[in-house]
Amino acid sequence: MNKPAENIAVSSEDVPLITGGQTFSSITEKIVGIIEQKTPKTWYLAIGASLSLLMVLMGSVGFLVWEGTGIWGLNNPVGWGWAIINFVWWVGIGHAGTLISAILFLLRQKWRTSINRFAEAMTLFAVSCALIFPGIHVGRIWIAYYMFPIPNQMDIWPNFRSPLLWDVFAVGTYFAVSFLFWYTGLIPDLGTLRDRAQTRIKKIIFGILAIGWRGGNRQWRHYERAYLILAGISTPLVLSVHSVVSTDFAVSILPGWHTTIFPPYFVAGAIFSGFAMVMTLSIIARKIFNLDHLITLNHLEKINKIMLLTGMMVGYAYSIEFFIAWYSGNIYEQFVFINRAFGNYAWAYWIMISCNVVVPQLFWFKKLRRSIPIMFIASILINIGMWFERFVIVVTSLSRDFLPANWDYFSPTMWDILTFVGSFGLFFTLFLLFIRVLPMISMTEVKGVLPEADPHHSTGESHE
Amino acid sequence: MNNNSIKTVGIMAQFSNPGELMKAAEKLRDSGYSKFDCHSPFPIHGMDKAMGLSSSSLGWVVGLAAIIGTTGALGLQWWTSTIDYPLVISGKPLFSFQAYVPITFAVGVLLSGVAALIGMLALNGLPRWNHPVFNSDKFEKVTDDAFFISIEAEDPKFHTDETIQFFESIGGTNCELLQENQ
Repeated sequence: MNKPAENIAVSSEDVPLITGGQTFSSITEKIVGIIEQKTPKTWYLAIGASLSLLMVLMGSVGFLVWEGTGIWGLNNPVGWGWAIINFVWWVGIGHAGTLISAILFLLRQKWRTSINRFAEAMTLFAVSCALIFPGIHVGRIWIAYYMFPIPNQMDIWPNFRSPLLWDVFAVGTYFAVSFLFWYTGLIPDLGTLRDRAQTRIKKIIFGILAIGWRGGNRQWRHYERAYLILAGISTPLVLSVHSVVSTDFAVSILPGWHTTIFPPYFVAGAIFSGFAMVMTLSIIARKIFNLDHLITLNHLEKINKIMLLTGMMVGYAYSIEFFIAWYSGNIYEQFVFINRAFGNYAWAYWIMISCNVVVPQLFWFKKLRRSIPIMFIASILINIGMWFERFVIVVTSLSRDFLPANWDYFSPTMWDILTFVGSFGLFFTLFLLFIRVLPMISMTEVKGVLPEADPHHSTGESHE
Repeated sequence: MNNNSIKTVGIMAQFSNPGELMKAAEKLRDSGYSKFDCHSPFPIHGMDKAMGLSSSSLGWVVGLAAIIGTTGALGLQWWTSTIDYPLVISGKPLFSFQAYVPITFAVGVLLSGVAALIGMLALNGLPRWNHPVFNSDKFEKVTDDAFFISIEAEDPKFHTDETIQFFESIGGTNCELLQENQ
């Protein structure tokens, strides 16, 4: 048994990553304990609520398939409504998971180890929610296979020049690679579950999933290389997916959409909203499962700093859009932006500005950055703001296009709202199932950042 | 137990921490053992060198998959838009490669990702659900907090008694024979 250290400083900054004198075995006990303990009553309540929402989603999608997209609030100029807003919003949320698992891995940010597993899971579930919307917005979902280059009886192919088709490939690849990354990271931990399984059925299931992992260095050698490669290829993927999503807008000629700033602006916004969702979920998880020593205030403070940075990038993009509208001398562009801030959707615009630009400014102050209630509320407000950002982009530009005779005001119907609310049911159902059956924190990686894991740490010491 | 059919396929010993495990690996390497493996709950840095292993060749597998993915995707887009069903869209050239970059990139990444996982498993000889090390009761702690070295009987330097003695001399405890029914 390794000697527990009282105060473990592993990062270069002298701030302990993992607190509370953890040992290898106490980390296993803590994390596996969450799924081995008796299912808490609150979990049943939560899954009950989530499943109810999931049924709302299934009902609204079912009615959509039966009746057609006419049940939504779409009208003549506004042909893209909540479906694309929700799609972009959910895909954006997914970005934090990949950023944490890939970019922070390459940058050797060891603090990621406490949050990467469930951030990756969050990515998968958010992208699952996102994929529903482009799937159903075609109305006749039984011909959704037109989106894929499958040889068919008409002998035609999808239009590979269309950003909407790029989306299919970018988001599909994103989901697949995120899943591979997540599963690769899970293999050693599935081995732990296999070795601790008490019942035969668990032994079989975890045994199959752990795929025969023996933890030998001959295996770790290829495993670590695979992880590095997955991180390397996911890094450009994080940046490309939302760039491609933004080209859905930027490639069109509509004022307010046709701008070159869209790809970086969308990526920053995606990371911003994704970290806000990671924050919301990790505050709840550490509270319920008592994970204060593994997800410490320092972790949360670092997330807040990233939200401050990306929030400022988003704020900068908002102002540059206005500057370019003025500087371009294009009257249509100028009208669109004046109309955004002061027109009939001004309420949505100012919700967006308050939530996305004003709220993160709180995190300039260390005290607020380390206050759980403040960051919890801020993270929820930021995600509301990010939803409104997409609403503002989609609806204001469409409802006031070039011809005033076309102008119309967009209002959602009950079905728009129920579909969106229902998508939370899918998200939380998947998330609750995940935290109940799989380790929500990577045991392997957290053990790896303990000072005892360094072969030069233990050699000089006596061990018990 | 039917003794005739049981064969010793290796020896395994336990070590107390990553540092001990690494020192033992260095001694095994220096004394000429080649078919041994160091089992730990997490990867240990510097262990490849201590065991005398070369670095992983997975990069070549993934590189090949990336080339197949990108050329395949670009080839599909080129063939469908210029040969199989040429269609002028927005007055653009039939092969306007700029528009084909996003899909080329995405498919390249997709195939690389798949190759990284499958290639890693293949190089590791996985999936393999049955292995002599799993016959040891203590071994189930390897995914928790225990460290082991196993030597295969196929190693040219392997000799049951001498290897056990050697393990004990370098700090190994709980030496046990790994056996398999033939």
